[in-house]
Amino acid sequence: MKPAEHNVERCGGASATPPSPRERPRVARRPGGRWLGAAMFLPAILYVVAIIGVPFLMAFLYAVGDVRVGSVGYHFVGLENFRSVLHSPAFRRSLFNSVIFTVGSQVLVIVGAFTLALALRDKFRGRGVVRFLVMLPWVAPVSLGAIGWKWILDSLYSVINWLLVAMHLFRQFDAPQWLGEPKLAMMSVILVHTWHVLPFSTVILLAGLTAIPRDIPEAAAVDGAGFWRTLVHITIPMMRPILNVALLFGIIFTFTDMTVVYILTRGGPYDSTQVVPSLAFFTGILGGDLAEGAAISLFLVPILVIVAYLMLRVAHRAEVT
Amino acid sequence: MARAGNRRWGAMLGHWSVIVAFSVVLAFPFYWMLITTFKQTSDLYDITNNPFIFNARPTLEHLRLLFGETLYLRWVGNTALAGALVVFITLLLALPAAYALARLTGNWGQRLGIAIFLTYLVPPTLLFIPLSRVISLLGLQDTIWSVVVVYPSFTIPFSTWLLMGFFKSIPKELEDAAMVDGLTRFGAFVKLVIPISVSGILTVVIFAFTLVTQEFVYALTFIAPEAHQMVGVGVPTFLVRGDVYYWGSLMAACLITSLPIALVYNLFLDRFIAGFTVGAVK
Repeated sequence: MKPAEHNVERCGGASATPPSPRERPRVARRPGGRWLGAAMFLPAILYVVAIIGVPFLMAFLYAVGDVRVGSVGYHFVGLENFRSVLHSPAFRRSLFNSVIFTVGSQVLVIVGAFTLALALRDKFRGRGVVRFLVMLPWVAPVSLGAIGWKWILDSLYSVINWLLVAMHLFRQFDAPQWLGEPKLAMMSVILVHTWHVLPFSTVILLAGLTAIPRDIPEAAAVDGAGFWRTLVHITIPMMRPILNVALLFGIIFTFTDMTVVYILTRGGPYDSTQVVPSLAFFTGILGGDLAEGAAISLFLVPILVIVAYLMLRVAHRAEVT
Repeated sequence: MARAGNRRWGAMLGHWSVIVAFSVVLAFPFYWMLITTFKQTSDLYDITNNPFIFNARPTLEHLRLLFGETLYLRWVGNTALAGALVVFITLLLALPAAYALARLTGNWGQRLGIAIFLTYLVPPTLLFIPLSRVISLLGLQDTIWSVVVVYPSFTIPFSTWLLMGFFKSIPKELEDAAMVDGLTRFGAFVKLVIPISVSGILTVVIFAFTLVTQEFVYALTFIAPEAHQMVGVGVPTFLVRGDVYYWGSLMAACLITSLPIALVYNLFLDRFIAGFTVGAVK
């Protein structure tokens, strides 16, 4: 943690309390300040609105219309697209898969990241090297990491299968088809995505762990509390806000992502790993049905709204206390 | 005493087994890329061979193929160019916006800051369908300009948020003194605040650039021709011919691309994470 960012919150906290009379009016008294502020702020806002806000509205327009690639004109069809999407078995399947994918990987990520963060909290020889190694899955481009896994999980030359055969757990041509059988494929995309997100959550939790004053767990240890008691009664409760942050980001990065699924399975076999974002891609971009694709991707919005709301609550609480 | 000693050994053993297990699992694919890169094809595709060792002499054939007969270097070049342009646009817009939020918008600054940060959470998979239409209307389809225009939509929000933190940590008195000496507010920003924020700006440069190299969905959606690909899409798409995967060259490309990005990103990691914690850590 660098002191610079700590100040983000400290200043934020200060602005939530009544302004001190000595400091505040200075800005307000300078009449040019506001205008200059707006002039410096607006270009960024306009850019972001143009690239995010406008397409967002277009997505709604598409979803209630009948746009296809190459079609001319636009007819309002109301909720027709949503109705057909909701009735389509492929969509229901993908929504279900998305939930499994998100919940499954986030449970693994939080448990794994917390364990790893605890192990990395105290200094030891070689910690820098270990941190570099465990961070690789997050900092390397995810599409390339996923293709690495595609090779590791290959149907014929999988190194995992070679080990299983060498340990006589499976016979040569009977070894698991990691990406070829529905249940195994789902498990594989969950594990590979977990592999990708876990380092990110680990460093977030690590930031939270190092912020806990050392003397509190030490005092508990002096009072005779063992590792597990300290963990359950002191560390985890003190980590609540930061655990929330890690989880919220993790949910966003998982529920809305299609890279791992696209690279490993293309949603197959038989749509068994198709998730909502990848279905939107195949329908809207490759299939050319913009209206239905837009309707499918709009099902991501409720999740985003809920997460954004919870995030604001975390931020707000941090500001008040 | 003996019990306490045992306990300490137990704790150490637990500690190290956690560390070793996580390091091995998390870094394994990169080790696998490394070993695959230098193996002869016949060695790779013989299932009776022990895959952990070189059963035949190591070879540079896959690297020769990658650099000599594929457009890999072209993709790296495209990515670097797009990255540089995105960084430029990001700094141009995020620096003044962050300064305005830190100094000029009063009580609204923090709230606007969080609002702009939240737009970072809007995922590509929500917008790619309408955006693909916009891009083709603008005539940018199949060029790197498509991603140059779109990527700042997620680099600006996060960069603004990070820079806002940096600017707030600069004592107000510095600028006040400069303005008493005759600089305007904007002059103080350009001549004083920007030069002393170099480390913050560098963080944003690295962050924006690595995001460009990591993005997959927009690049996959907007750019089809092989010659105009970004590296993150080109490698997994065009090093596969039909059903044939050139695993040696593929793994070489993954490793060579990933390692420099990972090294640089790792140096600045703590600062990015500080931005993500949204004040939940003090």
